[in-house]
Amino acid sequence: MNDSTPQGGTLATYVLRLYVTGTSPRAQVAIANLRRICEQDLRGQYDLEIIDVLEHPEVAEREKILATPTLIKQLPPPLRRVIGDLSDKEKVLLGLEVRPELPATDRPDHP
Amino acid sequence: MTAHAIEPSVQKLPTGIASFDIIAKGGLPRHRTTLLSGTAGSGKTVFAMQFLAAGIRDADERGVFVTFEESAGDIRTNMRSFGWDLERWERDGKFAFVDASPDPHVETVESGTFDLGALLARVEHAVKRIGASRVSVDSLGAVFSQFSDQSVVRRELFRIASALKAMGVTALMTAERTDDYGPVARFGVEEFIADNVMVLRNVLEDENRRRTIEILKFRGTDHQKGEFPFTIVPDDGLVVIPLSAMQLKQKSSDIRVSSGSPELDKMCGGGFFRDSVILVSGATGTGKTLTVTQFLNGGAAVGERCLLLAFEESRDQLFRNAIGWGVDFERLERDGLLRVVCDYPEVLGLEDWLLAIQRTVAEFKPNRVALDSLSALERVGTIRAFREFVIGFTSFIKHQEITGLFTSTTASLMGGTSITEGHISTLTDSIVLLRYVEMFGEMKRGITVLKMRGSLHDKGIREFTIDKKGMHLGRPFRNVTGILAGTPVHVSPADVERIWSHFEAERGERRADSVVTDGERRRGSDRRRSS
Repeated sequence: MNDSTPQGGTLATYVLRLYVTGTSPRAQVAIANLRRICEQDLRGQYDLEIIDVLEHPEVAEREKILATPTLIKQLPPPLRRVIGDLSDKEKVLLGLEVRPELPATDRPDHP
Repeated sequence: MTAHAIEPSVQKLPTGIASFDIIAKGGLPRHRTTLLSGTAGSGKTVFAMQFLAAGIRDADERGVFVTFEESAGDIRTNMRSFGWDLERWERDGKFAFVDASPDPHVETVESGTFDLGALLARVEHAVKRIGASRVSVDSLGAVFSQFSDQSVVRRELFRIASALKAMGVTALMTAERTDDYGPVARFGVEEFIADNVMVLRNVLEDENRRRTIEILKFRGTDHQKGEFPFTIVPDDGLVVIPLSAMQLKQKSSDIRVSSGSPELDKMCGGGFFRDSVILVSGATGTGKTLTVTQFLNGGAAVGERCLLLAFEESRDQLFRNAIGWGVDFERLERDGLLRVVCDYPEVLGLEDWLLAIQRTVAEFKPNRVALDSLSALERVGTIRAFREFVIGFTSFIKHQEITGLFTSTTASLMGGTSITEGHISTLTDSIVLLRYVEMFGEMKRGITVLKMRGSLHDKGIREFTIDKKGMHLGRPFRNVTGILAGTPVHVSPADVERIWSHFEAERGERRADSVVTDGERRRGSDRRRSS
């Protein structure tokens, strides 16, 4: 478990865990998507652990993971889950409750 | 077809669920997945858990329970009432949960495609860890409600089903249906996942709940067809009541036992058969309870144990009546020869009555069982449930080589048949009718043996009286006709003589018989006129 060291000001460290099945194409896509989002939107303030459920089924059991890939935001609270290959970036950010840096461009496709 | 083709390719796994294995002709198909579909509250979860519990308890076969609906904690608590200590089995490595129930505190967002690889990995892990050979999945519908992308769920369920097959386990999956007589399962795909489909029903019929189980298909192997009633009881869980399965194996005895009345024995050709079921039918007050009392006393007199199931009169009333006929029930009870179960029929459903009676019989081991009366039990359930009760009960007591005597009350005072009889007369071996006969402004009682399977019997209708020593049979009603129809008509002795002369050939042997119907009488006089 990573230490939860709350950062002052606007920056917080995101503790993320990504559960995948082996080295499937879907797992590769999810890992790539997540790395890109983390660099762009979390500005490097994150701690990511990737867990292969085929190697660690007991961890999946403990965390009650059903779907793969599953991304869990452990910190900051509240706990959030995003399932899928994380190809829809907006939904990932919504799921992780990451506040957009620029409020003016918020919800561009709202009718 | 060669001889090899006849050999069964699909093996069965005895589940250990009471009587289910009979209707499934051996159990669930081994190494296959069976779908169990049912409406809410039809007993799916209990069945799914009992499949595992029976394996652990009776066959040392370990089980994994995958739950999508209730949490593992809730199920542990709920199943305790059936005597299944899941926590202990979990500690002993005989049982494992895969808890896939939704966590209400965690919000989940879907972004892009996914599969249920983690679930499959968990199931495989659990099966391997404890060496399970049985897996229950409860329920498929709840998986669909956890994810918005239904096509993914469909695809993944197929994958899980084929993975279960590859693991070599025997699996049971439950699925919801909205209607007891509608599509097999709500999402329309579940039935194609499994090789075998069973349906649990919980139907409201005439204000009575009726639970049934039906096997729709067992791919490549045989099973009994149709709905079979079942009930869910504490301690045992689900108990199926197999109807057709029991009837065929009955032995038939030619040993006679006394009815408790030497005169009635004589009418029956020497007494009732030991493992037969006798129905005594009559209007209120014709002497049914007396016949029962004599039957029990006759058994106790030769040291047989007797069980009385009384649904019409209170214990006190029964005992007082018996004293009035010279039978001391209290002494018989003290001697351990009699047990009286006295209750309102309404306290249990018919399936539960059947089980309760079976338990009492198994414990007390009686030689004779009397039930007074079936008509009282009839009001508890539907006609169908009642018929099933009688089938289950009669075949059960025949298996135990017990003599059974049931009474049934006819609605009309003078004759006719009761609804009860119409439904059960074919199930009984012997029928004794008790009837009121009105003669010259006086009510007399008549008795006749209508049917005596496998034996000759007196076909006359005889008058009988009741006094402090019980029943006394008198002469046949020679000059009365239409007693059974409830419309007695007096015939002069000369008429009787004339009618019988038309049956000259049979005369010698049937002279003692006295029943002449109205129709025969008319035909007789017509013929006389024309000659």
